[in-house]
Order: sequence, then structure tokens, then C-alpha cells
Amino acid sequence: MKREIQFILNGKPITLDADDERALLWVLRTELELTGSKYGCGEGICGACTVMVDAKAVRSCTTKLKTVAGKEVVTIEGLARNGKLHPLQQAFIDHGALQCGYCTSGMLMDAYVFLREHPKPSRDAIVAHMERNLCRCGAHQRVIDAIEAASGQMEGQS
Amino acid sequence: MSTPEGISRRTLFKLAGGGIVIFIGLEPLIVRAQDARRLYPEDFNAYLIVGDNGRVTVFSGKIEMGQGVLTSQAQMVAEELDVELAAIDMVLGDTDKCPWDMGTFGSLTTRMFGPALRAAAAKARLALMTLAAQKLGVPAKELFVKDGVVSVIAEPSRRLSYGALSKGARIAQVVDQNAVLRSVSKFRVMGSSPMRLDALEKVTGSAKYAADIRIPGMVYARILRPPMHGAQLLKIDTSDAEKLAGVTLIKRGDLIAVLHMDPEAAGAALAKIKADWRLPEQTVDQDSIFEFIVKHAVDQKNIANKGDLVAARAAATRLFETTYQKGYVAHAAIEPHAALAEIKGGKATIWASTQTPFPTRDRIAKILGLEQKNVRVITPFLGGGFGGKSADDQAVEAAQLAQICGKPVQVAWSRAEEFFYDRFDPAAVVKIVSGTNQGGRIALWDYSVFAAGERGATSFYDIPNTRIRSSGGTTYGSESARVSVHPFAVGPWRAPGANMNVFASESQIDLMASAAGVDPLAFRLRNLTDLRMHRVLTAVAEAFGWKAAAAPSGRGFGLACSVDAGTYVATMAEVKVNSVTGQIKVVRIVCAQDMGIVVNPEGAKMQIEGGITMGLGYTLTEELQFHGGEILDHNFDSYAIPRFSWSPQIKAVLVKNDDLAPQGGGEPAITTTGAVIANAVFDATGVRMTQLPMTTKRIRQAIIAKNAKGKTAAVE
Repeated sequence: MKREIQFILNGKPITLDADDERALLWVLRTELELTGSKYGCGEGICGACTVMVDAKAVRSCTTKLKTVAGKEVVTIEGLARNGKLHPLQQAFIDHGALQCGYCTSGMLMDAYVFLREHPKPSRDAIVAHMERNLCRCGAHQRVIDAIEAASGQMEGQS
Repeated sequence: MSTPEGISRRTLFKLAGGGIVIFIGLEPLIVRAQDARRLYPEDFNAYLIVGDNGRVTVFSGKIEMGQGVLTSQAQMVAEELDVELAAIDMVLGDTDKCPWDMGTFGSLTTRMFGPALRAAAAKARLALMTLAAQKLGVPAKELFVKDGVVSVIAEPSRRLSYGALSKGARIAQVVDQNAVLRSVSKFRVMGSSPMRLDALEKVTGSAKYAADIRIPGMVYARILRPPMHGAQLLKIDTSDAEKLAGVTLIKRGDLIAVLHMDPEAAGAALAKIKADWRLPEQTVDQDSIFEFIVKHAVDQKNIANKGDLVAARAAATRLFETTYQKGYVAHAAIEPHAALAEIKGGKATIWASTQTPFPTRDRIAKILGLEQKNVRVITPFLGGGFGGKSADDQAVEAAQLAQICGKPVQVAWSRAEEFFYDRFDPAAVVKIVSGTNQGGRIALWDYSVFAAGERGATSFYDIPNTRIRSSGGTTYGSESARVSVHPFAVGPWRAPGANMNVFASESQIDLMASAAGVDPLAFRLRNLTDLRMHRVLTAVAEAFGWKAAAAPSGRGFGLACSVDAGTYVATMAEVKVNSVTGQIKVVRIVCAQDMGIVVNPEGAKMQIEGGITMGLGYTLTEELQFHGGEILDHNFDSYAIPRFSWSPQIKAVLVKNDDLAPQGGGEPAITTTGAVIANAVFDATGVRMTQLPMTTKRIRQAIIAKNAKGKTAAVE
């Protein structure tokens, strides 16, 4: 159904006049031109489209626009604040936790939400959580290294 | 003087702005491109421009798909030109700006394009030094360069920056002196691991991939696909689809597509098209394909012949005859193929996720009926390629649709389309008959590969009697494959063919070592004299902590080595196998690699780790399910690629060899993965796995079969 929908996107309120059955991923990627969230599988299997909605990590490819009405959405474009990288982003750079970079946005967003809930997780817990994200380049161990390194640095971050 | 195709002299001046255009290039650098019809240009201006602000723009036909060549190529130029890495801007894979290139594959960027790029930068440095010498009135040998500033050695305050040298000057100058590449001992930028130039964009989501390009008025296409390869369209009813608001329907021969401003709406419209298809008879599946391949791969090519096979067979004290198999494997990059095409004023521009921008340009020009100069392919970042984006059908589709509808069109494949149209790594069979003599030396090696191709098939062991044959090759450039034996398209994967050939060869070597009761490392060292291989084997053993023992030792240790893309690689693995369930856990992997001069050590290690991790997919889980031309895997739920929980710690060791020019880095390590795990499984269990992938079920069945055989033997 086409209607007016309001939500907070990366800290700013926005209003859209759109079909509320559309997937959040495509709304982000088309008229909002936030292309950092990626299409990888379309069925919530790979994690490349992960964004945060009201402090929860969701797969935007299977999230309908109507479910985010009135909520707060953070995408990869909203992770760095005031031109300063989030410690997790810096850790991904420092540990070489990316190659092609296509899965990176989703990895970062899923890890970000996870570390907000679990500031000092064990390495095994990080692995178990990240299991639902796919990487084809084989950066797995470095991704875990990066998340582990960033886990101690989340204080004062939101 | 020649200019690269697609770059006119005028364009160069335009690109250069107020920058220098110095024509040198005596002692022509003739670097043969992979395609013998074309050459890399001699004129360094084709590769780089020094702007009047001192910034250096580098042009390369290679593309960045995660392998790190954006950074490593910039390092080469920074090194040879003597500028800071931060002063370099890279332009990759733009057919209007970059020198012609066949494509980014075969681990060729550093070892084949690298020398041309380094030479261009060294020549540019020479030209700038000559110019500075004239302007400063000092012989060039009394000058030094640091970070793009030329100074007089005796009087450092007298200096000119590259940018100042170029100011307003467009000089055609001949330097009658050969440019010399910098020696390793003088490296400042090469040999180091600076932050990847694409890192910042990739962690902030601002890195652009083909599907991320937005231009005004663009529409999204969804294209009608057959239910299986070989199906023929009989009847179509598009009336329901056309009723939807905002839909444009395109019907041009077999190309039937719906266009919409909203990609989901295009998908919804496509779903309303009713199509009847005539389906082909389905002949083979993932289980029957191996017999089919051996029977039908009749084109045969002899690759190597040495000694007397008949006599060796008669004289061998032990003979070993083994057949190895591997199923079809998908590329499964996380980014599906995507392209955006715009045709304006008779000129087509296509942003495409492609490993082959120039061949893609040529193909599109031909199909659209345009001259090559009127087609421009621009390559943004690729979200993984692995050989799969050497295929460029999505770019052709976008260009065709843009030509038909007159609007910019994006074609972005769904995951199901990606699986359907993948050019899979072919299913393959290898048959080996080998023999040893009383001294535990390999005396016979009769090797036949079916459908994998020749790469990695020749042996680096010293075997007096050998025959190597390849049948049914592959359908991408092999002489032994005039007719495809596959029910759908196959194509180059990461280290195509070598994964299967090394799996079979190195499994067979291990099998012989075990039969001889000799430690697998000692057996290999005994049977080869190649010093580079000795060095990587020794290096990996030391880093791994290998202790000699004949397999099966119960420890779960495995070893495999190979030569690929000019690089030597030896890998060791430790595995644990649950003898009841067949479940395997790869505990750790160590890989030693001699790749000659290393441009970027951390980048090289990431390629080793990435290759081996990816290799664990074809080794343990990945095998396409199909029924004739019907592809049964549509997404990652059924087609299982490596995940975090089973990706092991991988230690990469670079074996120093600075006397050798840089060799390949993207592919060599992955070639050892199948064999190193198979050999470790054998060491753990005594079960020899001859089929990839070694799924849990296959390992369990093999253990049950072995135990049953053991019991029978005990009863007898």
C-alpha cells in the first residue's frame, strides 16, 4: 500500500511516500541512494544487506518498509560519525579484514550490533554470531581478529 | 610512436591538463599482452600522467576484485617514479583511459602487467630528471629525488617538484638512456604493506560497485529466463505483466525483459509473464557425470612423454592405479553480475562488474553495431570475481536493453540467475597409474585428466617414465576441447584445472609414500631435485612443526605442494576426523610460498589465506546439484560455501627469493587445498578420499567401507 512513512535514518528523520510492502534494501538503494547495503542473496542468507533497526540487526532484503515506520534505522553510511571512523571500522582496516569489500558493510553492521549487546565477547562467541554472514574472499579469521580487537574499544561509542 | 587503442593524443593532453607530456620511449618496451595480437604500449604516457599539482594519475586495464592490485600497482609506480603513495590516483579498467588489457585473470597483473607499469614509471622518472637537469643547469647525476621533488645533492635548497617541472610544459623529449628498474635493496614502497587504498571506501559503504551506479532516468531490468539450459521458448503471454503501472516490456528475439523504475516492481512484473518452454531431455546429473565425461571426452592431447612406460610398468615393484573425481563448483562471488548501460549521442557507456573490460567493450560494440571507440566500459570495484566475471553477459544485456528502450538500464542478476548462468568450474576425472621401484623412487607416472584441462597436470617430480594426457580439456581455450562434454557452460575458476590436477597428483604421491612406509615429506624430497620446491617444503615443515612419520600416523597431518603461475607453494594441514560421523574439523593450516619478489607482503598473505579458505569449499562442501541442464542450486542455503565456524587459522610464510621477478599470487595457494586435506584425512583415518568434495557423508561411508573390509580380512 502506498502511503507516507516516517522513520529516522542515520540520525535524521525522513518521510517517504512509498509502497510500504517494498523491501527496505531496495528503498535504501534506489530513491535514498544509500548503496552501501548490498544485495547478495535476497533471502536473508548471506548478510550483505544487514542494517540496524531499533538496536537490532536485520536483513534489509527481507524487511518490509512498513516494519520500520517510526523506528530508527542505521546503515553502514551512518556508522562513522562526524567524519570519524567507528573503532570497528578502523579495526577492519588494521586487520585486513576485507578484500573485495562487498560483504563488509553487512559484516560491520552485524558485528556493531553484536558488540553493543556483548561488549566483551569470547572469540568463540564472535565466531558463532558471525556464522550467519558469508564471505567468499576468505577473510574470515581477519574479520574475527578485527571484531575481537574492537570489542575492547566500544566504550563511549554508541 | 604508437598510442594505446582508445586514447588519442588529444585525449592524453586533455587528461594531462597542464601536466607533462614527455615523449621518450627509445628502447621500446615490448611486453606481450596475453593476446598475441596486441601489445602493451611502449609510451609511458599511456600508463601515467604527472599533473601540474604533482599528483600522479595511473591508468591500468586491470581491475580490483579484492585481490589488492589497486594498491600494489600504485606501490610499483610510487617506487619507480619516486613519489609518495598518497600522491597517486588510480584509474582501473576504463577502456577510454587505460592501455588495452586482455583481462584480470591467471595471476598475471603483477607478473605480466607489472613489468610494463614499473618500466613506464621508471622512464617517466628519467624524463623528469632530464628536464630538471636542464632547468637547474646541473647534470642529472648530481640530482636526487624524494617524494616527487628533485633537488641538487650539493645544494638541497635548489629544488623543483615534479608538478613545478610540468607547469605549463608540454614537452616532447627524447631521453637516450635506458630506464632501469629499482633493485630490491633500494625499495621504499614495494616490499611494504601500506593501508589498502580501497580500505576506507569499503568500511564506510562508499565504495561503488556496478549495481551502485545511479544516473538520472535509469530503469531496472528483469529478464525472462528459461527453466533449464537448452530449453526453447514456445509461447509467451505478457498481457498481465503489461497491465502493471510503470512497466515497459521489451521483446527482441530471445531477449524478453521488463523495465521499471523500481527493481522489485520489475521483478513482480516478470513473475506475471506466462511462458511455455520445450524442455530438452535430461541426460546426466552430479552422480552420472563422471562416467559420461570419460566416455565422451574423446579429444585427447599428449602433453608430455618421457621414457618407456611399458618397461617401467613391468619393472615396477609396486603399481598404483587410482581414479579421482571432482564435481562442478560455482564461483559464488557475493556480488552477482551487474551492469548499467547508457547510450547517448551514439556513444555507449557501460559500468560493469567484469574482469575483462576490453573484450567486453569489443563484444558490446559488435552486438550493438557501434565502433569500438564509441563504446566505453568502466569497471567499478568488483565484489569478487574468481574467474566468474570473465563472463560478461549481463553487460551485453544491459547494453542491448539500453539501445532498445533509449534509457539507461541496469541489469543486476539475482542469486538464482547467478547460479544458473555461472560458468562453472568443470566436473573432472583424473586417472593415474604410477609405480615405485625398490629404492622407494617413483619410476612410472601415467596420467590422464578428463575435462579439467592441462594447468597443473605436468609433474615437478623427477620421474624417468611419464606420460601426461588431457582429454576433453575445457571449453575456454584448450586445444583438447573442441566439443563440450558439459550440460551447461563451464569456464575459468580460481586456478582453473590446477585444483583438480594437484588434488589428484598430490594424493597419488601420498598414497605411494604411505605404501613405501616413508614420511610424506621425506618421500617428496627424495623424488624431486627442484631447489625452489625443496626450499618451500623445508620452510612449511619448519613453520608447521612437522615431525617425520609414515601415514597413517593418526595425527591427522597432511602435506601437498604445487607450482602455479610461476609460484612455488607447499601447504601442511592438521585435521580431526570423527570416525563415527565422518565430520571433519580443519584445525590449522600452514602455507609456504615462493613468489619471487614480493610487492606487498600482507596483500600476498591475504591472497594465500583467502585462496586456501575458498579452497576448503571445493574440498569439503561445494558440489553443484543438477539434472541435465536444470540447475538445482539457487542460493546459498543448498550450496554451502565456507563459513566462519569451519575456517581454520592459516599461517602464511613467504619464502624470500629476491632474485626472481614477482610471480603470481592470487591462485597458487588454493591449488594445494584439496590434496592437503585429503592427505590429512588419510593420516588421521587411513581412509583415502578420491572424490571432491569430501563431504561428511562421503568420509563416513569411506570409513564404514574400510572397517567392513578390515572385518572381512580378519574373518579370512
